[in-house]
Amino acid sequence: MNRIDTTFADCQAKGRKALVMFVSAGDPNLAATEQLIREIVAAGTDVVEIGVPFSDPMADGPTIQEASQRALASGTTLRGILAMVKRLRASGITAPFVLFSYYNVLFRYGMKALAADAAAAGVDGMLVVDVPYEEMGEILPDLTANGLHLIRLVAPTTSDERARKILADATGFVYTITVTGVTGARSELPVELSDLLVRMRQASPVPVVAGFGISSPEQAKLVAKEADGVVVGSALVKRMGQARTPAEGIADCVAFVQSLAAVL
Amino acid sequence: MGTGHYGIYGGQYVAETLMPALHELTGVFEQAKTDSAFLAEFEGYLRDYVGRESPLYFAQRLSEHLGGAKIYLKREDLNHTGAHKVNNTLGQALLAKRMGKPRVIAETGAGMHGVATATVAALLGLKCEVFMGTEDIHRQAPNVQRMKVLGATVVPVDSGQGTLKDAMNEALRNWVATVRDTFYVIGTVAGPHPYPEMVKFFQSVIGTEARRQILEKEGRLPDEVIACVGGGSNAMGIFAGFLDDAAVRLIGVEAGGDGLATGRHAASINAKQVGILHGNKTYLMQDADGQVQLTHSVSAGLDYPGVGPEHAHLNDIGRAQYTVIDDPDAIRAFDLLCRTEGIIPALESAHAVAEAVRRAPTMGSDQILVVNLSGRGDKDMENVAEARVRLRAAGKLD
Repeated sequence: MNRIDTTFADCQAKGRKALVMFVSAGDPNLAATEQLIREIVAAGTDVVEIGVPFSDPMADGPTIQEASQRALASGTTLRGILAMVKRLRASGITAPFVLFSYYNVLFRYGMKALAADAAAAGVDGMLVVDVPYEEMGEILPDLTANGLHLIRLVAPTTSDERARKILADATGFVYTITVTGVTGARSELPVELSDLLVRMRQASPVPVVAGFGISSPEQAKLVAKEADGVVVGSALVKRMGQARTPAEGIADCVAFVQSLAAVL
Repeated sequence: MGTGHYGIYGGQYVAETLMPALHELTGVFEQAKTDSAFLAEFEGYLRDYVGRESPLYFAQRLSEHLGGAKIYLKREDLNHTGAHKVNNTLGQALLAKRMGKPRVIAETGAGMHGVATATVAALLGLKCEVFMGTEDIHRQAPNVQRMKVLGATVVPVDSGQGTLKDAMNEALRNWVATVRDTFYVIGTVAGPHPYPEMVKFFQSVIGTEARRQILEKEGRLPDEVIACVGGGSNAMGIFAGFLDDAAVRLIGVEAGGDGLATGRHAASINAKQVGILHGNKTYLMQDADGQVQLTHSVSAGLDYPGVGPEHAHLNDIGRAQYTVIDDPDAIRAFDLLCRTEGIIPALESAHAVAEAVRRAPTMGSDQILVVNLSGRGDKDMENVAEARVRLRAAGKLD
């Protein structure tokens, strides 16, 4: 069974919401990311989204844009990220990993080879920001054949009818984008959010998590009321970016993850 | 509802947030393009506001100087705002109005599309913001001023290389956040469906006119039609008139920058790598890890790492050929057209002229070339002077 499924089943059994953390792989280098993942998993992260850096991150705000630039400057590649995943698995980390990427980096690697290599390394799913339902057919078969989940995305602009289509055969979990916009921490979340989450949970056969703009334990707790889990990204990436050293950033992230896990 | 594939190219590779807007736009466009009231309004503005039709001009002194084929210039430089861009912005702004969107946004490289968008926004009473790379703001200062006097806000984009692709990234980011009240006016035949098809539709007036005009003047079709290709909207516009005429060779000219071999260019089709950027699958300049590469061209309007998906397809099926003109040849052609015809071409269009300069002498005097002169060069005075200094210092220009 896929680690994503066992993790969500476990959270449900314990009556907890899942904490999904996004890390920008290679910011400032892959060794730091490897250590960061180890420590935030120990601090209470249930699922790790590993962001693959891309030169043109069109769905991301300044925080992740800048982190991606630092990651590319340090020579981060998809191959390097898979090698890191392999090392993390070898050292006994069992939390599910989702590769979070723009399509061109995956396409250039080759989907068939990538799906096989990622599964072998210990990846459990992929979320491809710029491959919507209409183009999904070109990546889904290779992922499914290798036991990887393709994480579906829905947005505030997604109608109920469209959501039913997107989610009919969803596996793993569903990522609900909570705001109409790019990634980035926000101080306020929209009021229509709980309605959106209720609609998506009705349409989805798998757990629904909510992300984009969640930056504090208070917000996480609020959003988690209507979701099976929350995703926190930019708020963690910002902490790594602002730290004077990777070790300082990791310590800050660990405390942050503990504060999030405590309210879920 | 189609998803706009051209062979393996095209498609809709965007974030889910934008998909409903693309579906809505596709529906509105499909209706509008057969709605006689919409078309009458569009054509009325093209005639009375843009000044169409644009002349097809026989460049006699240039032809005689080169000694070979007869060269005709399709004078898109004579349009209101000075380039072909306005044909498309007019069509899209009319659609924005039809959809009740009060705000339009655009990306721009050379600034011509930004000016054309700001112009029609003023005409139709729409709020307008134009995203422009900081490098291009520097290279194209006169166009920045034009947009401002027309009432548009120019938003500087500092990310990446500060050129057209970065401006498009930022415009897409803004659109994701404002999609409910904002229409994104894309300036070229790229982006997610329906943009490539829609921009071609609005620009095809160039080819429709050119085909009729050459038949009137010469009683026959041309041997070759030549146009520069960045994203490829002027080329697709003129090609559209001749796609069904199998005997007419279609030549797209990509920007060779410092030369194809140096890697410092913007010739995505000739670089031969397929990728996905800005909502479509197409030829894309990228490294071995799929990171988009920096591009280089003396012409800001051609400085783009991708190309419209239909061009990628026309290349693969052999219906069009895509050649490369590097910076020095573009400057030489710029000079030649100025001196032989008294026409100052945009540096983008100078690439197409340079291809004609290369081909005409190899052809007979009974043969005909039609070159799309997509824009005028007033905006490029500073650039040409700078490029001349740079290329002379490198020993590449006399």
